[in-house]
Amino acid sequence: MAKRYTSDLTWNDVTPKEVFFNRRAFMAGGAALAAGTIGGPVTAQGLREGDTPNTFEEISSYNNFYEFGTGKDDPAKYASALTTSPWNVEIGGLVDNPGDYSFADIMEKMTIEERVYRFRCVEAWSMVVPWNGFELADLLNLAGVQDKAKYVSFETLVRPDEMWGQKRSFLEWPYREGLRLDEAMHPLTIMATGIYGKDIPNQNGAPMRLVVPWKYGFKSIKSIVKITLTEEEPLATWNMINPREYGFYSNVNPDVDHPRWSQASERRIGGGLFAKRIPTLKFNGYEEEVAGLYEGMDLTKNY
Amino acid sequence: MSALVDTINTTARKVPTWPLYVLALLPVAWLVWQTFTGGLGIDPIKTIEHQLGLWALQVFIATLFVSPMRRYLGCNILKFRRPLGLICFFYVSLHLLVWLLLDLQLHWGEIWKDILKRPYIMIGMAAFVLMIPLAITSNNASIKKLGAKTWQSLHKLSYLAVFLGGLHFVMVQRVWEFDSLTYLAIIIVLLGLRFRQVFPKQRNQNS
Repeated sequence: MAKRYTSDLTWNDVTPKEVFFNRRAFMAGGAALAAGTIGGPVTAQGLREGDTPNTFEEISSYNNFYEFGTGKDDPAKYASALTTSPWNVEIGGLVDNPGDYSFADIMEKMTIEERVYRFRCVEAWSMVVPWNGFELADLLNLAGVQDKAKYVSFETLVRPDEMWGQKRSFLEWPYREGLRLDEAMHPLTIMATGIYGKDIPNQNGAPMRLVVPWKYGFKSIKSIVKITLTEEEPLATWNMINPREYGFYSNVNPDVDHPRWSQASERRIGGGLFAKRIPTLKFNGYEEEVAGLYEGMDLTKNY
Repeated sequence: MSALVDTINTTARKVPTWPLYVLALLPVAWLVWQTFTGGLGIDPIKTIEHQLGLWALQVFIATLFVSPMRRYLGCNILKFRRPLGLICFFYVSLHLLVWLLLDLQLHWGEIWKDILKRPYIMIGMAAFVLMIPLAITSNNASIKKLGAKTWQSLHKLSYLAVFLGGLHFVMVQRVWEFDSLTYLAIIIVLLGLRFRQVFPKQRNQNS
């Protein structure tokens, strides 16, 4: 069931190619022209005023991907060592059609859409990313989810020869994440395979990574090789390291304090030295779409 | 070896300390320059904040080398300790200012919560507070006024401050990082060398 969520805009609308490749020069060159092409459509459904998509450069050179080191610029520096072809995803557990699915086969069967989402890191910085990808639900339906399944667990590739961070033991490899089945099947949840219409860069989780826009970024696990449908709540890497700091749900929530970072506001990357902090929205601004998933749950306990 | 020590001592006697203060401004000028030429990466605020904190810790550690250099090697570079201490305080103050002004942008609600609730910030802030009396009394007049003994006792607070600084660096990381652990290990070794000074052996009171 592709296209269950539309934001009425594509990256084409938001930032013309020549603009995003050259945004700084462009903005310096003609603020009036920029206002016409960038300022206009960002108030469209799904995005807030001021939600200007980050540049390809910003998105692809500032992020966390501890498999390539713990610095924000490490992934961009080291991820070129990763080979992403051939790529297989092992789908197993409580599914009707378990087995290895090649990335090429998956891409043939899926409908690729453009989704411009806010992306909020637990470290209190954020971006706006024009992803390309398909709904996770479509892939899960392809595998045939059995009735008993309640959760979905994901694992990142382990290949220390190409991912040098895995030679260190600051995290227990493989990186794991998990979602409740209804979260996984939600129309907002996608497997991203591209950014700005180009193949997703290695450092952002090539060839395919999860994107759950209402949760802190670490839930959106990268370079996935294994998907397992389970009855029990699966392990999640950061939750294993420090359950007090990183809950299983980890929904973006300004009201639930984090022991390490205040979550009340965030810094939007790319705004320059004096860009104002912006208030963080509950469920990262997707409350209308996803609040129903957590009805009756105490979000301060199930953080 | 002793020839080298002699050279160092003779040179140290001749070299004035004031150029250190000028040199200390160069890295800051470099940061400002990089800020305006886009050399600090995608998130310049974090780069500036982290860099200033790191420099402060490095200079702080340098001050801890001064007395072991004299005790174990006979190198007298004592006169450089005060400028180094003050430069460290300068970097720490800038580190704090960047956090307050650029990072948290004077959102006092969040700032107080951070200081009171987040252990790594609490510890960093404690280290800064401990350094304030040390910076204020880093002059000859204060030594005279307090008396050398009191002044020396007061300045032993720097041992606690540098330890807290190192701890702050380790705790600010989300995982155990080799770099920050190395800094903390160096600090612990340098403080270990002073253990006898801080806690002298109890002499027999009856003799």
